[in-house]
Order: sequence, then C-alpha cells, then structure tokens
Amino acid sequence: MLDQKQKVMIKGTRDGLTLQLDDQCSFDTIIKELENKLSDKLISEEEPLIRVSIQVGYRYVNAEQEEVLKEMVREKQNLVVEEIESKVITKEAAREWEQERSMTPVSRTIRSGQVEDVKGDLLLIGDVNPGGTVRATGNIFILGKLFGVAHAGTGGWKGAVIAASYFDPIQLRISDKISRSPDQEEGEGSYMECGYIDKNEESIRIDRIQKVVKWRPELVSFERRMNHG
Amino acid sequence: MGEAIVITSGKGGVGKTTTTANLGTALALQGKKVCLIDTDIGLRNLDVVMGLENRIIYDIVDVIQERCRTKQALITDKRFECLHVLPAAQTSDKSEVTQEGMKAIVSELKEEYDYILIDCPAGIEQGYKNAVAGADGAIVVTTPEKSSVRDADRIIGLLEKEEIAPPSLIINRIRSHMMKNGDMMDVEDIISILAIDLLGIVVDDEAVITGANRGEPVALKPELKAAIGYRNIARRILGESVPLMNLEEEKVTWVNKVKRLFKKRD
Repeated sequence: MLDQKQKVMIKGTRDGLTLQLDDQCSFDTIIKELENKLSDKLISEEEPLIRVSIQVGYRYVNAEQEEVLKEMVREKQNLVVEEIESKVITKEAAREWEQERSMTPVSRTIRSGQVEDVKGDLLLIGDVNPGGTVRATGNIFILGKLFGVAHAGTGGWKGAVIAASYFDPIQLRISDKISRSPDQEEGEGSYMECGYIDKNEESIRIDRIQKVVKWRPELVSFERRMNHG
Repeated sequence: MGEAIVITSGKGGVGKTTTTANLGTALALQGKKVCLIDTDIGLRNLDVVMGLENRIIYDIVDVIQERCRTKQALITDKRFECLHVLPAAQTSDKSEVTQEGMKAIVSELKEEYDYILIDCPAGIEQGYKNAVAGADGAIVVTTPEKSSVRDADRIIGLLEKEEIAPPSLIINRIRSHMMKNGDMMDVEDIISILAIDLLGIVVDDEAVITGANRGEPVALKPELKAAIGYRNIARRILGESVPLMNLEEEKVTWVNKVKRLFKKRD
C-alpha cells in the first residue's frame, strides 16, 4: 500500500509547475520516481519555457543533491528550475542568518590602524578616528564621530546605510561602491547624516538621517535580508 | 616601589627624547629619585641631550647580556645626584634586547627609584614592544600636526591592548599664534580625536633646541615657558593638580610662583 503512495506529485499552477517531493523516503527513491515521471511526455514541445518550483518539504537537501535535482529537470526541454524550497535549514545556516540580521554593539574608539568587522548591523558607541575602519555586512550606525572609513553591506547588500552623529569620513563604501571625501579641504563635517546608494544603484549619496529613513522602510524590518542571504 | 612610565609617540621627531630628559630633570628638581632608560638601541640620543655622552662605559645591552651589573651601567647626572641615565647601545641592534630582559631591568630599578622614564624609539616594531614591556603607564607625545596626531592615535590603540594604565597625552611644540589663527590644530581638536587625558602642553621654543645641543635640559631654566610646561607636567605626574598653562598672555605670576617654590626648597 505504502509503495503505491506517490513520492513525486506534479501540480500545474498559474506560475508554472510545482514538484512536490515526499520527505520521508530515501533520496534515491525520489530520484528514481522523478526520472519515471519526467520521462513521461508531460508537455508538448511547442510550449514556452515553464518555470518549475521544487518543494522538498521537511527534507534537508544539500548542495550536491540540489544540483542533481536541478540537472534532472533541466534535461527536459523548456523546463526551468526556479527554486528549491525546503522547510528546514541547517544549524549553521540558521546561526549565520541570525548573525546577519542581528545588531552588534561595540563601545570603544576605533583608532588609526584598527578595524572592526562584524556580521549584520554594527552599532558603534564611540568615534571612528582618521585611519580607523568599520565594516559590517549590514548597516552601520555610529553614536559618535565618523572620521575614518566605513564600509556597509560588505557581503554585497546595496540597501545598507551608514549613519553617524557626526559625519566627516575619509571614505564611504557601500557594497561595491566607493565615495571619498572631496580633495579641497571643506573643513567641517555635519551632524546626523546618513550615506546610502541612490535609486539607480549608481553612486553613494549623503542626506539627513530623517530623510533616508523615509526611503529605507526596510531598515528596521526583521525579514529584510532573508533573500539576499 | 617606583613607577615605570614609557614615553612614546609612534612618529619620530616629535620630541620623545627631549620630553624624557626634561621630565626627568623636572622630577629630579622635585627631589624624586629618577632613572631614565634609553631604549633606542643603535640610535641612542638621550645621553647626548642630557650632556652625559662622555660618561658612558656600559650600556643596556651589556646589562641584558650580563657583561655588567645594572648599577655599573647607570650614569649619574651632572646636576642632580638623584637622576640617573641607563644609556642605549650604539653598536648593537634592537634584536639584542628582549622583552623579558627589559622587564627584569625595569623591575630591578623600580626597587631603587621613584620614577623610571623609558624613552621609546619611533615606530611600532620590536623597539616599541621592548620599551613598553616593563612599563606600568605610558605618556604619548604628539605635536599639533595631523600626521603626528594620526600616529599618536595608532600608538594609543596599541597601548590599550597592553596591560598598563590608560595612557595620557603631552602636546609638544605648540605655537600659540598659529593655533589662534587656525593654521594649526588646537589643543581641543587633538583631545577630541585622541580621547585620552591631557597631561600637559609645551610651547615651541628655540631654547629647547639650544638646550638639547648643549646637553642642558631646558626645564632647568624657569624663566622659559617651555620649562614651566615641563615642570607642570612633572607636578601633575606627582599627583598635584595644576591648571593648564594659559597660552595667550605672559603669565609672570606663574614664574613667580615657581620661583617661590624654589626658595622654599633652598
């Protein structure tokens, strides 16, 4: 009786196909059945590309197995794997994810030659002196003076911002964009400002913190970086 | 049990050796037993600034390599019985001094002296590490120049990792008219960046150079502002609370006060 229960269910939706894979049997069983199912002529060749979403339920699929699944589906013409969705993640991934979205408070002066590098957001209570560097995969908030170099979104996240009570940095970096202080000595910095990448993702701009918060509503949301990973 | 203070700056030429010589002299003036250690192996200067070059027989490397006893290498100052100098070696290099060796010498000297001032070489390498090894506290010397403040900041960062008391700051070579015109960083700018306690300021004076050339530390001449600066610092090291020197006007009263102090001592 059990054997007859389908291990692979194929459903058609408006967005394409959904493959629901049983999460209790062995991976080999899945592969075998998937092979059978896919060898049936599911779709006629004239049809446009169909997106496939693979749902593996409570099964943990490692990178290798993921590749096997993708390869099998890809072999069929006009099928494209859009995503592999699993309800479970490893502890490592969970821990990393937790770090990514957490805020690390640091309270000291970052002096010349020192580097503070954190995962997730950095909340620095203290100054970044000229020659000092702060780095974070998320945002950087400084309750103090920023005279040195700040690099937000070190993992590539372009939505990151750099905010400081007093803003007079040597260099600002967000993701892969760099902006440096003007060559002519302008003297004074400014209070309560924030650096961000503009809408066209072209360059770093600086504006008052209050304004930046308006077009970065995700700044404090918890889910914000689930996808950028 | 004495206190060992390292005098450092990161950058060269800001006046570490001059400061060591003058503070040593100023502390000796107050009747303290003081030993100055020159740790700039291969580039020794402290003995020259103190005018004691001709008295050197043994040096710090001889002590560390046990060619002589510590006492044999110590030179007594011309002016003060209570002031001694342990000269650096001129012919060896820095690798011949170890951190353990320095620690041993300093702790031996601490038994005898009230204050041990360690003159640190420029840089942040072996020489610096040796100089800091035996110290209980540190004085960072800077001038009101961006590059020197930058290096002071770096050295403060490194000192914070050592197991010593938080460092304090001396701002050397202040030119009051340039500060007033905004052509030079002023005292407040520097303090705001370095965020450590200010131990004192010393004005720029040609007499400091002449004094160093003649081997007579300027701190001996109470009529000079620079001398008052050094003496004030020495008093603050001794725990007195001395207000910061006013750069604006000629403070004749200050000189008088110090003169009065001397009369008391005599």
